[in-house]
Parts: sequence; C-alpha cells; structure tokens
Amino acid sequence: MPEFWINMGPQHPMTHGLWNMKVKVDGETITDAKPEIGYLHRGYEKIMEVREFQKNVVLTDRLCYVSSITWSHAYCLAVEKMMGIETPERGQWIRVISLELQRIASHLMWLASYGPDLGLLTGLLWCLRERELFLDLIQLMSGARMNQNFPRVGGVRNDLPENFGAMCRRSIEHFLEKVDNEYPKIFHESKVFRMRTEGVGRISAADAINWGVTGPNLRACGVNVDLRRLDPYETYEEIDFEPQVWHDGGAGDSYARFVVRYNELKESCGIILQAFEKMPKTGPYRVKSPRRAEGEGYAKTEDSRGEALFYVIGDGDDRPYRVKIRSPVFCTMAATPMLLRGNKLADVVAILGSVDVCVGEMDK
Amino acid sequence: MSAVAGHVPQVTGRPVPGIEKEVLEQLRAAFGPKLSDVKIVRPQLLEVSIDRKDLVPLCTYLKNTLGFEHLSCITAVDWKDRFEVVYHVENYYNGCMVQVTARIPYDDPKIVSLTGLWNAANYHEREAWDLMGITFEGHPNLERILLPTDFKFHPLRKNFAQEVDRQYITRRKLRGGT
Repeated sequence: MPEFWINMGPQHPMTHGLWNMKVKVDGETITDAKPEIGYLHRGYEKIMEVREFQKNVVLTDRLCYVSSITWSHAYCLAVEKMMGIETPERGQWIRVISLELQRIASHLMWLASYGPDLGLLTGLLWCLRERELFLDLIQLMSGARMNQNFPRVGGVRNDLPENFGAMCRRSIEHFLEKVDNEYPKIFHESKVFRMRTEGVGRISAADAINWGVTGPNLRACGVNVDLRRLDPYETYEEIDFEPQVWHDGGAGDSYARFVVRYNELKESCGIILQAFEKMPKTGPYRVKSPRRAEGEGYAKTEDSRGEALFYVIGDGDDRPYRVKIRSPVFCTMAATPMLLRGNKLADVVAILGSVDVCVGEMDK
Repeated sequence: MSAVAGHVPQVTGRPVPGIEKEVLEQLRAAFGPKLSDVKIVRPQLLEVSIDRKDLVPLCTYLKNTLGFEHLSCITAVDWKDRFEVVYHVENYYNGCMVQVTARIPYDDPKIVSLTGLWNAANYHEREAWDLMGITFEGHPNLERILLPTDFKFHPLRKNFAQEVDRQYITRRKLRGGT
C-alpha cells in the first residue's frame, strides 16, 4: 500500500496539550513518526535572565502546572548550589513532603488522563476524586491548588500548618485503601486494559539510555536509576524507600510504564509518612539568601516525569546570566518514534499516553 | 573501575563514594595537558574544560571506556567574547556526573556533533542551534525545533534585546511618576 503521513495534532484528544505527532502509515502499521513541538515555546530561559533569582520561582512553577513544586524546587536547588547556601534541616523535610505530595498529584493526573485515552472514563473520575485529597493538602500547606510558588531559594515559604501530619496520615490511609483494593479492578485486572497496553510501545533499556529517556519510563525498562537514590538531594538519604523498577519480562512496554508509576504512588505515600516521623518538630525552615551571586550551580532532581536538571550561571548581578532547563519530556520526545515504529495506528494513544507528556515543560 | 575490566556492570542505583577522584585520575592519565580548569565541585560532580577539537576523543573515552552512557544535557552559553558548550554526562553505574565545557570562538560558532555517540544529543543540539545559533557539524537534521522555521534570529544570544531591561515596578511608578 502507499505510505502517507497523518497529523495527530496539534489539536487532538491524544496530545494532552499542543503538539503534533506526525505518523507515517502503511495501511494500519506505523513505519515512521516525527514529533513536532514548540507550539508552547515561551522563551523561559530568556525571560529568566531579566528577573531576579527569587522572582524566577514564580516562572518555574508554570513550567508544568501539574507538577509545579518539583520544578520550582529544582530551580531553587540549583541556585542554592551556586550561592553556596543550604536549607535548614526542617526546611529540607518540608520540601520532601511537598515534593512527594506533588508527585502523587501529578501521577494521579497522568493516570486520570490515561484512562480516557483507552476509553476508561471511570479511571478519570476515580483518579481525579483522589487527586482532590492531595490538592487539598497542598492547598492547606501552601495556599494554592496549582502554581503554588512554595519553595524559596534557601528554604520554603512557610512552615507546615498545625496538625498537618495527622491530616496527611488520614488522607493517605484512605488513598492507600483505594489504591490497594479498588483501582486494580479497573486497571490491573481489566482484560481490556491489559490487552491495550501489554506489548505495545516497547523500547529496550540500551536504547532508552542512549536516547536520554529518564524517570519512570526508564525504570520501566528495568534500569534501576532513581536520582533520589543515585544522587540524593535534600533528606532522601535518610528515608527508606525502594525505587520502583520493572523486573519481570516484557520490560519497556506501556503496561510496564503504567505499573511503575502506579507503584510510585504507594512508595511516595510511604515517604511522606516516614518524613513526618523523622523530621524535627521545630526549627528554622528558611535561610536568608544573598541577593547577588557569582559562579555556576547545577542540580538534578527526580521530577515526576524524569530527570529535571537546572544549570544556572550568575555573573555577580542579582539576575542569572544564563539558565538552562533540561526537561525530561523534551528528551523522551526524541525517542517516541522508536516507541511507535511497527505498532498499529490505533495503539498510538496507548503508547504516547503512557509516557506522560507535559507540553509546558517540553517547550519551555 | 569495573567498566574497564570487561564484564558488564550492574546498575545498582546507588552512588559509589569517592568515584569522582577515580574518574579524575583516569581522565588525567588519558588526556593530561589537554584538560584545563579541572575541579571537583562536590561529591559525584567533576568539571573539566577542553578545546573543541579534543571533544570527540574525550567523549568517546567517557562513554566507551568509563561507562558514561547517559548524556543529560547540552547547554550553550554566550559569554559575549566567546561561546561555551557545556555537556553534562552521567554514569548510571556509580552516579558520577562530568561537566565538560568546550570553548568556541565567537566569530566561528561551530562544534562537532555528538549524535554519533549519544542519540540524546540530537534534540539538545537542535535546541542549541535554534536558540543560540551554534552549528553542530555532522548533525543529521539540524533544523529549528522550538521556534518557527522562518524565524531569523537566535534569541538566547546576548545581543538579542528583550523588550524591557528589568522587570521593576518601583513605588514611584505605581504612584504615577516616571
């Protein structure tokens, strides 16, 4: 049959944002694919050069509105390394708690959008219902449901509210009960869900590393890399948790990516509960940061979607001279043609939904 | 280091303490005077600078001999009198990160592409070309990636002006003054 290109996007229910996936099909089989991105390019790296270090936190929040705290935290960490300051211990614990709350909210948003991709509207409703629990907690902590502007260079904006640990425990208890007993009925045990996801969009571990795929997508290939373990930041060293890696056969397909993220939900709950036990009850949560800084700083963190890297250069002014944002989705997007090739056109949604695309951070 | 011994090392997911010194010694032994500005910034992070003509031998050595399989990021920096391209290369076996800086003269913004070593370099180099205007020789498809194809400028260069120099609203301005 003659091959031809099909545009999936920029306006398409599959894309979760504004980008275009061009796929070349031979009948029903995909022979080639070409992502086209940049529709949402806002020039972050340029804008940040004229704003002060502290004011840029507002911008980095909006890199990915689903996962704001993890992004502004990565930026703050890089600036702190450049300035040579360190967050007080209680501030670090508060950061860990906020990061994990945000990770759960982000993964639930992904799971909620992955459901309708496969025609599973119940998944959307259930996951958004549970996400509300965590957005409430985040709102209680920072005052906002989205774009929290919570981390600061040198710490966090405010201390945890009173009795926050008990509220987290109550929500997590309720959530874990759902995750353990209710969710598997529509995901793991659903024959349709497994038929759609198992064996599609496979990528080998060697290819994934070479193409720069990171985070849950890489761990689904069986590579045990979690930056919270490999290059620990904040207080993750003191926390006992297990990076979620897919060990069984069939690694690197959509189902493996789903299971890794799903298990991370439970793991993050465990981290939050541990953090409340181990954190000091009182103490400072923020240090004053210098206004001007010179030098270079770099930090990489385990974002909800992979390795987030900030490289900040200061030239002695109160603004960064250069900021580089490494977006995990941007790098994963380079590997998507490999995921798609050889699969059927109907599986594009099942594959691209599972890599968790966030256009805001991809286009910067 | 186990990567040198020949057998495939396992990714344990945990850092190896003191690995940055070991990597530094091996790099010094292999490249010696070609490296400049060598320093250990903090555990697991090593910085080296190198001339752009020695970039490919260094990166080949890092990837094939020392096991730095993950190219994390490529940053282009405009220093007004020169360009710098900064490569962040990471080793998943021991958690070591090497920051390689290659200097490029301002009037000749060219450097060799690393797509032959890491496919991840493909998008990063396109982005650096798009926003900073550095040509990567040997790149299979050096096109604009984030900006429209008919865009004429490289906006991250320092001589590309922004609309406003600083984003200040002073109290005087708020009251209606200038």
